Amino acid sequence: MDQAEHLTLYQQMVVIRRLEEKSAELYQQGKIGGFLHLYIGQEATGVGAVAARSPHDNVITAYRDHGIAVACGMEPKVILAEMLGKVTGCCKGKGGSMHLADKRLNFWGGHAIVGAHIPLATGLALANKFRGEDSVTLCFFGDGATNIGYFHEGLNLAAVWDLPIVFICENNQYGMGTSIERASAVPEMRQKAEAYGMPSARVDGMELLAVHEAAAAAIAHARAGQGPYFLEALTYRYRGHSMGDPERYRKQEEVRRWQSDDPIGKFEAVLLKRGISPDDLNAIEAQAEATIADAVRFAEESPFPPPEELWRDVYAEPEAEPQPA
Amino acid sequence: MPEMTLIEAVRQAMDEELARDDRVFVTGEDVGRRGGVFRATLGLFEKYGPGRIIDSPLAELSIVGIGVGAALYGLRPICEIQFADFIHPAFNQIVNEAAKMYYRSNGEWLVPLVIRAPYGGGISGGLYHSQSVEAFFAHVPGLKVVIPSNPRDAKGLLKSAVRDPNPVVFFEPKKGYRLIKGEVPEGEYTVPIGPANVSRPGRDLSVFAYGMMHYYCLKAAGTLAGEGIDVEVVDLRTLYPVDKAAILESVRKTGKALVVYEDNLTMGYGAEVAAILADEAFTSLDAPVKRLAAPDVPAVPFSHPFQEWFMPNPDKIAAAMRELAAY
Ligand SMILES: Cc1ncc(C[n+]2csc(CCOP(=O)(O)OP(=O)(O)O)c2C)c(N)n1
Ligand SMILES: [Mg+2]
Repeated sequence: MDQAEHLTLYQQMVVIRRLEEKSAELYQQGKIGGFLHLYIGQEATGVGAVAARSPHDNVITAYRDHGIAVACGMEPKVILAEMLGKVTGCCKGKGGSMHLADKRLNFWGGHAIVGAHIPLATGLALANKFRGEDSVTLCFFGDGATNIGYFHEGLNLAAVWDLPIVFICENNQYGMGTSIERASAVPEMRQKAEAYGMPSARVDGMELLAVHEAAAAAIAHARAGQGPYFLEALTYRYRGHSMGDPERYRKQEEVRRWQSDDPIGKFEAVLLKRGISPDDLNAIEAQAEATIADAVRFAEESPFPPPEELWRDVYAEPEAEPQPA
Repeated sequence: MPEMTLIEAVRQAMDEELARDDRVFVTGEDVGRRGGVFRATLGLFEKYGPGRIIDSPLAELSIVGIGVGAALYGLRPICEIQFADFIHPAFNQIVNEAAKMYYRSNGEWLVPLVIRAPYGGGISGGLYHSQSVEAFFAHVPGLKVVIPSNPRDAKGLLKSAVRDPNPVVFFEPKKGYRLIKGEVPEGEYTVPIGPANVSRPGRDLSVFAYGMMHYYCLKAAGTLAGEGIDVEVVDLRTLYPVDKAAILESVRKTGKALVVYEDNLTMGYGAEVAAILADEAFTSLDAPVKRLAAPDVPAVPFSHPFQEWFMPNPDKIAAAMRELAAY
């Protein structure tokens, strides 16, 4: 990666952080309803891994999806509009925070049923192989998701059929209020991949460049036709599971310890050491603030969907899917 | 009588059954120290310990599956599914294993299992945190399906469910957890699984509902009383087995029936009520049987106005009642 690319990734992480801080505010003001799961603390994982994909590689994730959506190229204004339930959102307000998606970005979405998207990811990879394409699928999920059957079936199939897929476990050490020791029979999630004969690596998910490098190697492995790869990124969410989580399951010192290992702060230090000037970083910071301020304005000024949208897209018409000639 | 919220009643029922019968245990995601996402099990972990309030990994199939196994071996599991939307991974365990066990073993193997799950919309949960899934389960002989609408029934029915020798799927209206308050008798009591309850007697038309929609129907019936229309509201409470006698008796009196539910309209619970009436109360009917339910779209979409259009509410119910009364 050259310096320009480094700055792009730094900018993405800052945009995600500002976007989510703003969304937390909007939630507290009652402008965002329902559930809101923040990614703050985990930015390096999504940004680092997605940066290693080619645009034609698929990305799919769970409901903690804002950061990965930004990394895939979704505009903050479209994300915020969706969170506010506006018609200008990526799902026209049907999905909300947990279901961001845009096929044009090969971003196959956030998914709210934990683990259910893992076999779907395996299916995307099957389709790529079936069609002889060299695309790879990046499937993100949490540590908690590795305890549901979907995960095991999806991994086994991917391995049996040698599919081009990289499973990326964002191990933030808790599934809601349950720590991994209380929910998983093995301490490292990648041990589960070993059971399916899948090569794996475990990286520091707070180190952007480490994640990027590991993801690039994993993607190269899958693209070369060597089958699936499992990447575990050790990370941490600073906020509660979702807004309003009383967080009785962890100590504040633990949160503070991880906060002092902040992925953005650490990458900033790397950049400064490599000769980027503080002014450049400040400019990126200011630009991110402006982007988010614009996005909030756009989302707030956008209209709610009209009633007929409720009934739209229940069934596709036959012409929606082209037939072979 | 003390007043409490619906969720407090649910908690008290579990607390009392845990104290009464040491075969009872609770399992589910974060039911222990965290007290459940909706706080249904708050304080139970401290009182009964990790041996009886058992945090499970994220694994719905197994939460129910181990419940079936433990029930077969004589325990009395209460399995919590965090949201009814997440019950689908456990569908096989419920429909193939729990429901059919007694029948296939010629009455030898009991499955005294309770599966609790919050259901329904109205909290901006969006597509996968708002579903009403009762119709899937009310179709399955061998299961009992219960949906309480008020604290008194929630407590009494849940206690009955724990004592029932059969698998009971117990759906709780999550929007009503804190919204619906009511008096609960002091001391030991149960409410039997099976009978419906005429919660408001009336002469002009019968309205059948359960859970959150029952709460809204009572509100709408109150509005119509001010307009001189006397609505009878029947709280179905137990969806399966269905209390046919109560449905028939009410309509034989009023001659008109409206069924209100927040599940999708088509193939929903209202279809069964309408069929019962067509079959056995045809000559008593003075009007077509009407259903007011959610539109036939795949899920409750997220945006606030979508949710409003999707969900039946007291105004929509009152309008449907007026129309039927005028027929
Ligand atoms: C099948 C299913 N069960 C339960 C839930 C409720 N739930 C949502 S997120 C979550 C924890 C998931 O933890 P993890 O996979 O580690 O992801 P994280 O939240 O840490 O990003 C639970 C239990 C759900 N959405 N789907
Ligand atoms: Mg986690």
